[in-house]
Amino acid sequence: MSAVALNPAEAVEPSGPKPRRRFAPATIMVYGVLIVAAVYYLIPLYVMVMTSLKGLEEVRLGNIFAPPLEVTLQPWVKAWTSACTGLYCEGLQVGFWKSVRITVPSVIVSIAVGSVNGYALANWRFKGSEFFFTILLVGSFIPYQVLLFPLVLMTSAIGIYSTIWAVIVVHTIFGMPVLTLLFRNYFASLPIELFKAARVDGAGFWGIFFRIMLPMSLPIFTVAIILQVTGIWNDYLFGLVFAGQPNYPMTVQLNNIVNSIQGVREYNVNMAATLLTGLVPLTIYFVSGRLFVRGIAAGAVKG
Amino acid sequence: MTDMAKPVAFEAVDVERPPLRIFRHAAAKIATTPMMLTVIFVFIGGTIWTMVYSLTASRVLPARDPFGKDFVGLVQYVRLFQSERWLISVKNLGIFGPLTLLFMFVVGFLLAVFMDQKIRFENTFRTIFLYPFALSFVITGLVWQWMLNPAFGLQKSVRDVGWTSFSFDWIANRQLVVYTLVIAAVWQGTGLVMALMLAGLRGIDDEIWRASRVDGIPRWKTYLYIVIPMLRPVVVTALVIVAAGIVRTYDLVVAMTGGGPGLSSQFPTLYVYEFMFVSNLSQGLAASTVMLITVAIIVVPWAFFEFGRRRTR
Amino acid sequence: MVHVSVKKLGVSFGHLKVLRDLDLDVQEGEFIVLLGPSGCGKSTLLNAIAGLLDIDAGQVWIAGKNVTWKEPAERGIGMVFQSYALYPRMTAERNLTFGLRVARVPKDEIARRVERAATLLQIKPLLQRRPAELSGGQRQRVAIGRALVRDVEVFLFDEPLSNLDAKLRTELRVELKKLHMQLGSTMIYVTHDQIEALTLADRVAVMNGGVIQQLASPKELYQRPVNRFVAGFVGSPAMNFISGKLEASNGAPAIVCGDGVRIDLAGYAFAGRPDGGRPAVLGVRPEQIHLVPELPETTSLPLKLTVIEPMGADSLLWGEIGKETVSIRANSDETHAIGESVNAYFQPKRASLFDAESGVRL
Repeated sequence: MSAVALNPAEAVEPSGPKPRRRFAPATIMVYGVLIVAAVYYLIPLYVMVMTSLKGLEEVRLGNIFAPPLEVTLQPWVKAWTSACTGLYCEGLQVGFWKSVRITVPSVIVSIAVGSVNGYALANWRFKGSEFFFTILLVGSFIPYQVLLFPLVLMTSAIGIYSTIWAVIVVHTIFGMPVLTLLFRNYFASLPIELFKAARVDGAGFWGIFFRIMLPMSLPIFTVAIILQVTGIWNDYLFGLVFAGQPNYPMTVQLNNIVNSIQGVREYNVNMAATLLTGLVPLTIYFVSGRLFVRGIAAGAVKG
Repeated sequence: MTDMAKPVAFEAVDVERPPLRIFRHAAAKIATTPMMLTVIFVFIGGTIWTMVYSLTASRVLPARDPFGKDFVGLVQYVRLFQSERWLISVKNLGIFGPLTLLFMFVVGFLLAVFMDQKIRFENTFRTIFLYPFALSFVITGLVWQWMLNPAFGLQKSVRDVGWTSFSFDWIANRQLVVYTLVIAAVWQGTGLVMALMLAGLRGIDDEIWRASRVDGIPRWKTYLYIVIPMLRPVVVTALVIVAAGIVRTYDLVVAMTGGGPGLSSQFPTLYVYEFMFVSNLSQGLAASTVMLITVAIIVVPWAFFEFGRRRTR
Repeated sequence: MVHVSVKKLGVSFGHLKVLRDLDLDVQEGEFIVLLGPSGCGKSTLLNAIAGLLDIDAGQVWIAGKNVTWKEPAERGIGMVFQSYALYPRMTAERNLTFGLRVARVPKDEIARRVERAATLLQIKPLLQRRPAELSGGQRQRVAIGRALVRDVEVFLFDEPLSNLDAKLRTELRVELKKLHMQLGSTMIYVTHDQIEALTLADRVAVMNGGVIQQLASPKELYQRPVNRFVAGFVGSPAMNFISGKLEASNGAPAIVCGDGVRIDLAGYAFAGRPDGGRPAVLGVRPEQIHLVPELPETTSLPLKLTVIEPMGADSLLWGEIGKETVSIRANSDETHAIGESVNAYFQPKRASLFDAESGVRL
């Protein structure tokens, strides 16, 4: 068809693919809104990164949206090694390892308990199991403030209050509803023939769990790990209440660094500290993508 | 047992008696003891403990004689609702909660609809909208505190560019500080709502879309009259869950405003913490119980509606 | 008069060319069925006619108008889907009327059309119910009603009966045929079930690999399949295939198979001259084989019975010739034994002969 001026009578006879305007108004609007929203979401991250790379003078005088005139990593170094959290000035690195010491066992224990629970509920229903499970789920809605003091009393009674063990137990308790639900649904979706065949072969509760269920459950374990690592690493209150002063996680240290009113507020160091604290979950997030979405969708119950 | 002569073949066999009911699935029962202990002692026991002791006059430690001389009935609750601090907290939650929910769901839904339009870079957009959820509330609170800081944050930057009369000092303003918390919370949580809605939208059978296209129904009307009603269960569940979570907002407030300026951004959770561990245990317990009741009011009707219906099918 | 026409249609998904250069003409008032196995392109063709798919090349004409670039709603079509696609939160009545109300059809016109459709499909008592409260068959009727109220001339069906159980399928099949007789509209119907195709269609387009293998009446398809694929796809139990080599010594055509058995083919209508030595496949339907030469002009082939399947009124006998298996439909009253050697008699003029390589009918 020639591109010479067409008069309506000689309009192109429709054939083949419909001509589509590249920039239809509707498309522009959709992309426009999404881009605006994306910018709004990225701004805080941008501000944090920019500020953390500036010298203090520049921070005070300059515009938080402007990129650094002189890039410096000094705030990062300071945040890591010598920022003051309360009485000590040894930086966040202390808190980092504390967070690791809290997170790793908590994740392991909570997932171990949750997966066994889910497995038991899915395949080995016994009288009362559904009742307990329902209460468990209902319990996940209870504001933890209601349970806070009783838990303090209980952990003191068995002598673990103000230690890492208390935090581990608390995270396991509060992670139980979501994880049990997650695992229960997953195990229930596996073909029951596998389970029956294993029983016919003579395997028992633990045998089936370790030899059959676990090897097939890598995806759900990954989701659970992502969920728990993020939630526990980011936790503030339980770390504060149960871990005891020598064991404060990074989030608590961060709050201390920033909101301690003593002396000059070093915003650049604070931003660097914030980024350092968020680095672990953010990295996990960017690496795991889709799985993360599934994890938090399941974790929405945790609130 | 009749007196029939037993066939020879059966005599040799020793019929095994099935184990007692209680020992069936013993391994499963043992394995789930943590769950059962938690349910009994922590969830049920802890709740009852809190409610009982909220009726006592406990100060720093739990009262020794909760059912006797230390029992004070509903006095703590009366004091609670006479406390200015508590009333401010409740008012703040009453503003923060509905607003945050509203924005999270409206914006979340709109974003999900736009993401559903078969756009390119969908994964990139989704990654961007969701990353805040990977951050701790403490981080979110701190970042927004800085950005909205009038002395060197948004206000200053805009003024530097030339618009000198621009003012955005809400965070220092007693009346408006609550709204800054809304901004931060919405920033953090909308991505999640969007992801949930998008999953729901993707679950809509493609044939419904084709049928509505053949019927000549424009896309937006299809969303409004056909798709949204179909998503109602998902939306309601998400609403309940998010709402229950909002009542627990703590880290965000502590990091962003610390409850200030003064007492103007106090929240129930802060009140609980202050009193529970510092000066007046019973007050803290009473406050927590009130929070529990609030959550129950949201959740119980929904639960009955959801699960009660299933039984009648 | 040609009502729906597809010209040189090309559709691809990414790099996969599903349809290429496809032509199809549907006459007014005709019930045409697109039949084929999964992936043959029949649904793609239907969706392209409906305008739900983007096409790469070619044109679609409906009622004399070029609708290639028109939206589905502007093409004068109504469509019925496999999973009914009823709007779940609306009553049956709203499902029927929603599209009309969006198009601002006057209220009394809407009422009239609903009345007509509801009566025709016997769904009047169901109008206030929601899809979840209806049975599968009722839902499908409402779905058909939704297409009916659009007052169009062309109806498209995308495997509408596949989600129903066997009994319902038979019932609704009959109803669809009655509906067509009453309305006289043009209907294009997609299915993988050849029984539906044979019972409902005026003409059937058998498709495979994106190409229409044969477009003919059910009778023609059954009696003179144009290639081996069509022959094997249509008819149940399936046609028997015996491979061998053609022999055409002095005007007495025959096929030599397996162990040298020679089957006389006199009476078969060859398309061209039979050339000896060509590898070919003989196709005979189980119901065309008898164990006694009762019909004129028969030929025979020897079989050894291996399996007998009693099926109620008939029995299916399986026999072997060389390495190939042949099935015969026999009356249940006859008695046979396994291992028995029988002669299978059939009329060459009713059989089919295909080129071994191309599958084309000889």
